Amino acid sequence: MPKLEDRCWSCSCSPGMKSEGFPLASRAREVMSGVAGSVSEAFASVRRLHSTNLVRRGLVLFTVGVFLALVLYLLQIRKNVVLFPEEALDTLYSSSWWIPLGCGTAAAVVGLLYPCLDSHLGEPHKFKREWASVMRCIAVFVGINHASAKLDFANNMQLSLTLAALSLGLWWTFDRSRSGFGLGLTTALLATLIAQLLVSNGIYQYTNTEVRSVRSWLPCIFFSGGVTVGNIGRQLAMVRLFFEFVLQQ
Amino acid sequence: MTVRERLRQNISAAFYRHGLLCASYPVPIILFTSASILTCCYPLLKLPLPGTGPVEFTTGVKDYSVPSHEPQGDLGERPDWYRGPPVAYIQQVLVKAAVSPWDSSLVPVDVFRSPLGRVFSLLEEIRNHVYTDRSLETLCLQVTELLPGLRRMQSILPEHGCLLVSPGNYWQNRRDLFDSDPDILKTVHQHEPKGIHTSATLKDLLFGVPGKNTGVSLYSRKRVVTYTITIALSNYDSRFVASLRSRLKQLHPSVNCTLREDHMVHVHFKEEIGIAELIPLVTTYIILFAYIYFSTRKIDMVKSKWGLALAAVVTVLSSLLMSVGLCTLFGLTPTLNGGEIFPYLVVVIGLENVLVLTKSVVSTPVDLEVKLRIAQGLSSESWSIMKNMATELVIILIGYFTLVPAIQEFCLFAVVGLVSDFFLQMFFFTTVLSIDIRRMELADLNRRLPAEAGMPPPPKPGPLRTREAPPPPRPSAHTITLQAPAFRNLRLPKRLRVVYFLARTRLAQRIIMVGTVIWIGILVYTDPAGLRTYLAAQVAEQSPLGEAGLPPHLGVAPVFPGGDPTSTLSVLPAPEPTPLPENQSQGHGASRTGSAPMSSPQISWGSEDEEVWRRLSFRYWPSLFSYYNITLAKRYISILPVIPVTLHLSPQEAVEMRHPQDTQHAPRTSAKTTDIQTDLTLYKVAALGLFAGVVLVLLLFCLYRVLCPRNYGQNGVQHGRRRRGELPCDEYGYSPPVSEISPLLLRGHSMDIECLASDGMLLASCCLAGQIRVWDAQTGDCLTVIPNNGLRRSSSSGCWEHRDGWDPLTPTFDPDGLLGAESRSPVSTAAAGAPDASEYAEPPLRRRATPSRPALFGDQPDLTPLIDTNFGELPSSLTASARGFDFGGLVEKAYKEHEVSPTVHFSPPTPPAPTAPPQRRRSLGDNPVAFPDRISASPGDWDSSVWSMELRGNLIATGRSSGKLELWDAVEGSLRCCNEDGSSGITALAFLNNRIVAARLNGSLDFFTVDTNKPLGLLQYRGPPGRGSVPSSPCYSSEDVISCQLTRSVQCAHQKPITVLRAAAGRVVTGSQDHTVRVYRLEDSCCLFTLQGHSGGITSIYIDQTMVLASGGQDGAICLWDVLTGSRVSHVYGHRGDVTSLVCTNSCVISSGLDDLICIWDRSTSIKLYSIQQEVGCGASLGVISDSLLVTGGHGCVSFWDLNYGDLLQTVYLGQNSEGQHVRQLLVLDNAAIVCDFGSELSLVYVPSVLEKLD
Repeated sequence: MPKLEDRCWSCSCSPGMKSEGFPLASRAREVMSGVAGSVSEAFASVRRLHSTNLVRRGLVLFTVGVFLALVLYLLQIRKNVVLFPEEALDTLYSSSWWIPLGCGTAAAVVGLLYPCLDSHLGEPHKFKREWASVMRCIAVFVGINHASAKLDFANNMQLSLTLAALSLGLWWTFDRSRSGFGLGLTTALLATLIAQLLVSNGIYQYTNTEVRSVRSWLPCIFFSGGVTVGNIGRQLAMVRLFFEFVLQQ
Repeated sequence: MTVRERLRQNISAAFYRHGLLCASYPVPIILFTSASILTCCYPLLKLPLPGTGPVEFTTGVKDYSVPSHEPQGDLGERPDWYRGPPVAYIQQVLVKAAVSPWDSSLVPVDVFRSPLGRVFSLLEEIRNHVYTDRSLETLCLQVTELLPGLRRMQSILPEHGCLLVSPGNYWQNRRDLFDSDPDILKTVHQHEPKGIHTSATLKDLLFGVPGKNTGVSLYSRKRVVTYTITIALSNYDSRFVASLRSRLKQLHPSVNCTLREDHMVHVHFKEEIGIAELIPLVTTYIILFAYIYFSTRKIDMVKSKWGLALAAVVTVLSSLLMSVGLCTLFGLTPTLNGGEIFPYLVVVIGLENVLVLTKSVVSTPVDLEVKLRIAQGLSSESWSIMKNMATELVIILIGYFTLVPAIQEFCLFAVVGLVSDFFLQMFFFTTVLSIDIRRMELADLNRRLPAEAGMPPPPKPGPLRTREAPPPPRPSAHTITLQAPAFRNLRLPKRLRVVYFLARTRLAQRIIMVGTVIWIGILVYTDPAGLRTYLAAQVAEQSPLGEAGLPPHLGVAPVFPGGDPTSTLSVLPAPEPTPLPENQSQGHGASRTGSAPMSSPQISWGSEDEEVWRRLSFRYWPSLFSYYNITLAKRYISILPVIPVTLHLSPQEAVEMRHPQDTQHAPRTSAKTTDIQTDLTLYKVAALGLFAGVVLVLLLFCLYRVLCPRNYGQNGVQHGRRRRGELPCDEYGYSPPVSEISPLLLRGHSMDIECLASDGMLLASCCLAGQIRVWDAQTGDCLTVIPNNGLRRSSSSGCWEHRDGWDPLTPTFDPDGLLGAESRSPVSTAAAGAPDASEYAEPPLRRRATPSRPALFGDQPDLTPLIDTNFGELPSSLTASARGFDFGGLVEKAYKEHEVSPTVHFSPPTPPAPTAPPQRRRSLGDNPVAFPDRISASPGDWDSSVWSMELRGNLIATGRSSGKLELWDAVEGSLRCCNEDGSSGITALAFLNNRIVAARLNGSLDFFTVDTNKPLGLLQYRGPPGRGSVPSSPCYSSEDVISCQLTRSVQCAHQKPITVLRAAAGRVVTGSQDHTVRVYRLEDSCCLFTLQGHSGGITSIYIDQTMVLASGGQDGAICLWDVLTGSRVSHVYGHRGDVTSLVCTNSCVISSGLDDLICIWDRSTSIKLYSIQQEVGCGASLGVISDSLLVTGGHGCVSFWDLNYGDLLQTVYLGQNSEGQHVRQLLVLDNAAIVCDFGSELSLVYVPSVLEKLD
C-alpha cells in the first residue's frame, strides 16, 4: 500500500518537476496533486474496508450461530407440544432470549479464532477447503443434534458414547487438524463449564426431565459445534474480498 | 505393501476395463441401469403415499377384543398400526332436537334454546348411568389439567375428570348458568378465533358436528339442532356401552333411525409436523440444497454442466430409492420418518465420488479416444474411490454397533444406499459422462480447428471426418486466428445465469404447476380430510332434493373397507313417516316445495349421521387430545358406533325456557328471506373470491411488468448483433452496468499493432507497417513516432527527410497522415524527423526537430490546447515543401550556432517555434554531443519488419526480421545503437538490467550488453522503483554513448525456432518448437537446465521474480517447474489445443488456451479451481493486476474478474465502434493501467475505477 501511494506520488510529481519554469506547470502540478489526492483518498477508503472485513466475517458467523442455536432449540423441543407452535415460540421468546445471542457470539469468536490459530501455528488448513464440504459438515452437525434430540437411547451412557463417536467422526471427516481438535475440545470444555455455572447459579434451568441427558450430550454437541463453526470461519477467511489483494501488492 | 500394490493394480485394471465397457456400449448400459433402478424401486409401491391424513380400519363390534401388542401372523387386512389398546374409545351421542310442531308465535331463538337446554338432562343421565357397579367414572378417560397455554379455555373444557365434551361445557355443565344466559349465540361465538383457521375450533369441538350443521343460528332453515355428546373411554366394556345405548334409546327413541351399530372404526393418526419441527426440517433441506449446489458447480470442462449435475443428483436420489426399495423387499419396513432422514442420507452418501470421477476423466489428455479417456480417468481414481468407500462403510459399520435401533436402521439404509450408489456411479454416471465427453468432442470439431497443424490430428471416429470443415492453417505459433464470432457467450456470474435460465424456461412455474397437480391428485386419492364426504354433504345440502339426495358411496373413504354399500343403501331412502311427530309427513312435503314458511321441522337420520366425525376436520381428534397433552401421532383411537337421540320438544316447552331477552333479538324473518340470505351469502362469498382472484392476478401482473420490463421470454428480439451506439446486451436482455470508465483510446497506427512493450511509464507499440510509437502510459499522449524508414528509402535523400519532418502537416503523400488529425500529438510527431536527420547528417532538420521534444510534457492536459491552436495556423504558413526546405537551410546555420548556445536563435525562423518556450529548448540542446556517434550507426536494413520489441527506461530494443538489433531512444525517437551480428530474424527479445537477450529464428540465442559511458542519477524519476532498468534518463541519455555488444552467442540453443523468451530473476528461459524449455543464467549465459516434458512445441512461459516457472505447450499441457533443481513440479492437461498464455499469482496459475477457456489452477495442488469461457478468439488476452484481479479481453471490451470467486466484476467497453474487434493483446502496467491492443488502436484503462465502483 505505501508503495503504491509512493508510486502514485512519484508518477504524478515527476512531470511537474521536469516542467520547472513552464508557465502552466504550476497549474498542472495542482491538477496532478489533486488527482493523486483523490487516488490516495480512494485507497484510504479501501483500507477502511479492509478493517471492516474482519467485522463482516464476525457478523456472518454471529448470524450463523444465532440461526443454528434457534434451529437446534426447536429441534430439542419435545414432540407433544409441537402442535402448539405459539406455545413453543412463547417459551423461546420469553425464557431465554439471550441463549441464541450467546451462541452467536461464541460462534463468532470461535470462527474467527480458528483461522487466526492456523496462521499463528503456520500450518494453513488445506484439507477439503470448499463450500460443499462446509455444507456437508453443517448438515452432519444438525444431524447429530437431531439424533440426540429425537432418538431414544437405552441410557445416558449409550447416548454419550454414540454422540462422542459421531463428533469424532465429524472432526475426522471434515477437519483432521490438531489445532481444530484442540480448539474444539477447549470450546467444549469451556462451554460445558459455563453452562454448568449458569445452571448452578440458577440463571438458567433445564426442565426437570432432561437434566441428566443434557449433561450427557452437551459436551459432544459443543465439540462438534466448535469444529463446524471453525470450518465455516476458515472458509470465510479463505475467500477474502478482492480489494484486499489489491492492497497487498 | 506388495499385497496392497497388487490390489491396487488389480483394482485399477478392473476399472480400466469397466471404463472401456461403459464408453463402448452406452445405450444398453443405460437401459440396463434404468431397468434395475425400476426393479429395485418396485417394492416402494407397497408403501403408503406420503400424506398426513389419518387411516382407518373397521372391525365388528360384537367380536371385538383389544388387539395384542405382538403382531399375530397374518390377520387379513389388519394394518400394522393396529396393535395394542387405542388411546381412547370414543362414544358419541348424536342428538337431534327440534321444536315441533313449529309455531308462528315462536321467536328464532326458540329454535335452539330449548333443544340445547336438554343437553344437561342428557348429561345427567349419562353420568349417572350405572351398569352392574360400573359407572362412567370408572371407565372414562381421566384427563388432568389443560396445557399451560390454554388457560383461557379452562372454564370450558373439562379438567381433572372424565373427558366428556358437549355443548353444555359452554355453561360449565350447569343448567342455571344456561338459563340465565341472555345471549346463547354470543356465548358460543365468543371463543371462535378470528380470521382463517384450519384446525378444529372450539365450537366444532364441543358440538361435535361442523359449525353450520348445528342449527344453532337465527336463520336456521331446518330448525333442527344437532349436537353430540362425546365421551372418551379408556377401557372398553361392551356391556356398559350396550346398556347406555339401550337406556338412551329407550328414553329418546328415534323411530326412523336405522343407523348401523355393528362397526367400530379405528383411526390411526400420523405424525404431524408442526412449525417447530418444520423449521429444522426446512433448514436441513436448505443445507442439503446448498451442498448439492456447491458440489455440482465444480463440474467443469464438460459439454453440459446442467446435464451432468442432473445426472449426479439422479444418481444419488435413485440410489436412495433403490436402498429403500431393497430394504422393503427383504422385509425391513422403514419406521423412520423418511422426510427427516433423507437429507442426512444424501449427505452421508455424498456427491464426492461423482465429482472426482468427472474431474479425473476431463483431466485426461484430450487427444485420446473417448473410450480411453474414460477408462484412464476411471482407473486413475479407482484406488481413492475404493478407499473412500471402504472408509465410509467402516464408519457406518461402527454406527451399526451403537445398538440404537434408529441409528441401526439409518446405517442399514446408508449401507445399501452406498452400495447402490457405487453401482449407479459405475454404470449410470460413467456412461452419461462418456456420452457427454463424446458430445463435447463433436461440438468441438464443429466449432474449431484441430489443435495444431504441426501434430497429426487426433484419431476421431470415422463419420466425424466428413462433417468437419478443412481447418484453416494457422499462420504462426503466436498469432491466433480470428474467427467470426459464431455466438456471443454470456459473460455473467453463475448466479445470474441460473436465474436467467429459470426465467427463460419458466422452470419454477412449471415445476410448481406439475407438483400442485400431482399433490391434488394424491390428496383426492387418499382423501385425508374427508374432502369428498364434505363435498358430498355440501351437494346434498344445496340440492333441491334436500337431505334425501345423498349419494350412497360418498360417505366412505376408499381406504376404509367397512362401509358396506348394501346396508347403506337400505338406509338411504327417505324416512318413512312416523307416528310420533304428527306433522312430519306434511312438513316434509312442505319443505320440499319450499313454499310454506311455517313448515315444521322434522328430524331425519341418514347415513351421514353414522359417522358424524367424518365431517369434521381430520385434526379434530388430535387437537382435542392435544389440549390435554396427549399426542395421537402414530397412535389410534377407536370410535364406537354413535348413539342416536331424537328430541322432540313442544312449543310450550320452548316458550317456557325463554330468556326475557330472547324476544328482543332479531325480528322474525320469513323462511324465504333466510333462504335468499343463505343463497346470497354463498354468492357473496363466490363473488368476493372471484374478485380477490382477479385483483391478485392484476396485482401480480403489475408487479411483473414493473419488475421485469424486458420481454426476456421471447427469443430473437435482441439476439443478434447489437446496434451501434447502443449499449451491448446479451440475449437475455442483461446489459452490463454502464461504466463511468472511459478508456483512453490511443490512435495513430495505420495498421494492426504487432508488438507492445512497456516499462510502466512509457509504452511502445509497433504496427505491421513498422512504425513505432511511444506513448505516455499515464495520459495516453503520443510522445514519439519512429516511422518505418523502409517505406521511403527509394525517395531522394534530400526530400524525404524534410517530408518526414512535416508529415502531419502534409497528409496528402504521407502514410502517417492520420497523425495530422490527431490533436494531441502534433508536436511529438514532428520529432519523427529526428532519427532520419541523424542518419544522414543533416543538421538543420535535426535542429528543427528538437523543439518538438517538449511533447514529453504533453501529458499535462492544459498544455495540449495551447499546442493545438498553434498548430492549427501552421499549415497556412507552410504551404510548399520548397519553403520548408528553405527553412531547413536557415536552421542549418542555427544548428551550428546552437552547439554553443542553442537557445538563442531558434524561435524566429521556425513556425512551430512560438509554441515552444525557450526554457524547453534548453534541456534539449544537450543532444548533439551524441550526434556523431549516431551517424556512425549504419543505415539499417529498412526492408525488414520488427518482430520483437522491448522497452526499458527510455530505450526501445527492437529485433528485426533481418536479424538486426536496434536501440532507439524512446523520447527522442533517435537510433542510439544498432547491432548486426546475427543474420537470422530475432523472434523474441528480453531486456533485463543492462542485458539484452535475443532469440533468433534459427534457434540461437544471443546475449548483448548495453554499456553507457556514464552512470546516471535520476533514475528514480523515471523507472518504477522495483525494476532495475537500463540507466537511462531523458536528461542524460543524449549525452551518453550507448553501445551494444554481443557478449555471447549460443549457437544451437534449440533445434527449432525459439518461440518464447522470458527473463526474470537473473534467469532467461526459452521455449521452442522442439518441445523443450531451457533455462539460462543471465550473467554468464550458461545453460542451466533443459526441461523436457511437453509433447508439443512450447507456446507460453511464465517466470517471475520469485522463480516460479510455468510453461504451456501446443499439447494443451501446463507444467510447473522448480527453477532451482530443474524438476517438474506438476503437469496438467488443461486445454484443448495450444496454451496461449500463462500467468501465475501467489496462489494460482491462470492459463488460457486456443479453446477460449481460461482456467484457474491451484498452484500447490494443481487442481483446477474453475474456468471461464471466453469469447471466440479472445482467449489469449489475459492479465493479472493483483493477486485477485484478472483482466480478460473480449469483443471490444475488457472484463475484470474476481480470481477468488470467478465472478465477473465489471466489463469495460473500449469504444462504441470497437465492438467488432477482438482484444488481442493485453498488457498490465505497473500503475495498474491496462493496455490492450485491438486492431490498430490501443486502449488505456485504469483499474482504480474498478475499485471506486466497488466501494
